[in-house]
Amino acid sequence: MSTEEKVSTTPGKTRKEKTVQWGAEPKIGFVEALYLPAIAGGIATALKHAFFKKRSTVQYPEQKPEMPPNYRGVHRLNRDEEGRVKCVACYMCQTACPANCIEIIAAPAPQDDPKWQNRDKYPATFTIDELRCIYCGMCEEACPVDAIELTSIYDLTGMSRQEMIFDKEKLLSVFDETTKGGLDPVRTNRGLLGPASEKSSESTDSPPPPGRGKHG
Amino acid sequence: MNWYEVWTTLWPTLIAIGIILAVVPVVGLYATFVERKLAAAVQDRLGPNRVGPFGLFQAIADGIKIFLKEQVIPTHVHTFVYMLAPCISLMTAMFALCVLPYGPTPTNYEGGLRFVVMPGLDVSLLIMFAISSLSAYGIILGGWASNNKYSLYGAIRSCAQFISYEIPLGLSVIGVILVAGSMNIETIVASQASPDGISHWNLWWQPLALIIFFTSALAETNRLPFDLPECEQELVGGFHTEYGGIKFVLFFLAEYTHVVTVSFLTALLFFGGWHFPGVPSEVTSSFGLLALQMLVLLVKVCGVVCFIMLLRWALPRFRFDQLMGLAWKGLIPLAMLNLVFLAIVESNHWPRWPLAIVSVLLFVAGGYWSARQASLSSKKLKPVLI
Repeated sequence: MSTEEKVSTTPGKTRKEKTVQWGAEPKIGFVEALYLPAIAGGIATALKHAFFKKRSTVQYPEQKPEMPPNYRGVHRLNRDEEGRVKCVACYMCQTACPANCIEIIAAPAPQDDPKWQNRDKYPATFTIDELRCIYCGMCEEACPVDAIELTSIYDLTGMSRQEMIFDKEKLLSVFDETTKGGLDPVRTNRGLLGPASEKSSESTDSPPPPGRGKHG
Repeated sequence: MNWYEVWTTLWPTLIAIGIILAVVPVVGLYATFVERKLAAAVQDRLGPNRVGPFGLFQAIADGIKIFLKEQVIPTHVHTFVYMLAPCISLMTAMFALCVLPYGPTPTNYEGGLRFVVMPGLDVSLLIMFAISSLSAYGIILGGWASNNKYSLYGAIRSCAQFISYEIPLGLSVIGVILVAGSMNIETIVASQASPDGISHWNLWWQPLALIIFFTSALAETNRLPFDLPECEQELVGGFHTEYGGIKFVLFFLAEYTHVVTVSFLTALLFFGGWHFPGVPSEVTSSFGLLALQMLVLLVKVCGVVCFIMLLRWALPRFRFDQLMGLAWKGLIPLAMLNLVFLAIVESNHWPRWPLAIVSVLLFVAGGYWSARQASLSSKKLKPVLI
């Protein structure tokens, strides 16, 4: 703010005088000095809220609160129109996750199954540790094929730590339940899966990349 | 000594004491419940509503919790005084109730059931103020015994506030005493009787005395907007710091007892007690009439208590220098001037209705004077935060 050295345009002023600003206190008017009109105004506001405003308490658990759109709750794995899992095991979500709670083991898609003809890879296992997760939504943002989404389920509980490590079947079941109920429609509907899910022209017999984390 | 004579004068006293001892802790406990519900209503939310129908048993749950809490006595406190201080607070608060009529009482009491512990005292108002002034001891001893500089600081502030506001409290009440001609509370209430029940209430003649009395009483009980010594304990210290469990509850109960006492005094001295248009003014021994008059009094008292609780959520709190300035530079001069005018009117036996106009004029003049003082002093520059 002001200069530290003693030499300045106003010689003789100390540092304290240079850094302190002096001003007048705001004046109190006649009506404010009576206090009673302001008190009456305060009481009128309080009584208006007490008698005429609706209470905004949500009586949980009889009433459940409405979550805003794009609320980040429990994850799910989406299915496409043919019922296959949309995930192509590209490891984008596992890489993006700041808490290292996603573990994927990729596998080549079963070639003999006609349903899986145009897919290259799929996740053999897809595990999310819901207790490690910080529900930041980075995996949902990173996914190129809209496979992983965060629903609006906020009241997830479990009786053991093992129970809260969700595997692929559990995540798919979350999908089935939330889309059937109609509460959480699939948000990211880009139609066709992106280029990451197309079968590449070259041979893909290379082994899947090593997973990160203690399960991989 | 004839034991039968002793017994005939003793049993109404014992019953009246029993009623107070039984009712006051319960009222204090339910005052916390009413406060929570009122606070919730003002803040757009529901209060406690799970423990009973509409949460009515919440107070009982709180009481049970308090009795079962672990008693922690820090080793650095002065133990005897530390244990004594909340007891003194509660004792003086309940002692002041011994002269308070909590139901209709006749001025010429002969015998039988009555609604006051000590009837017929000619100085009952003075006794009440004298005893409740002793509650400053509980605060200062509590702060001192805590062996904690922040507790002591909060206790000193609370005491300074308490004794500063004693003076306008007494001065404003002298006006009421002059009008009624006696310090006996029962006589004061009887002097507010009138054929239509409402025209002789003291508030019409001395609205300024009512405002000063109510403000001073709020400051005495450390309620908002005067609870700076108390809010310190939300922040740092205050004399409640080292207290927990049942000892803290005794302080708390003493505060609510003071609130109830002050509400009773406001209703009895200024709002006509048990007089109301349509209710007969004489106190006879017919049960229905007594019940009706007691109901009128209790409705007035509950109204004042709810108003005090509402003020807590409607006003910001005073800073300590503003608080002391209000007492010494605002309320005491106003109360003295009010008293001077009242003494002139009473000694010359003039009609009393000009007093209301004089009160309003004094109040307006006080506001003008304080605004002028503030504008004069604000010409001096002060350092401001940038």
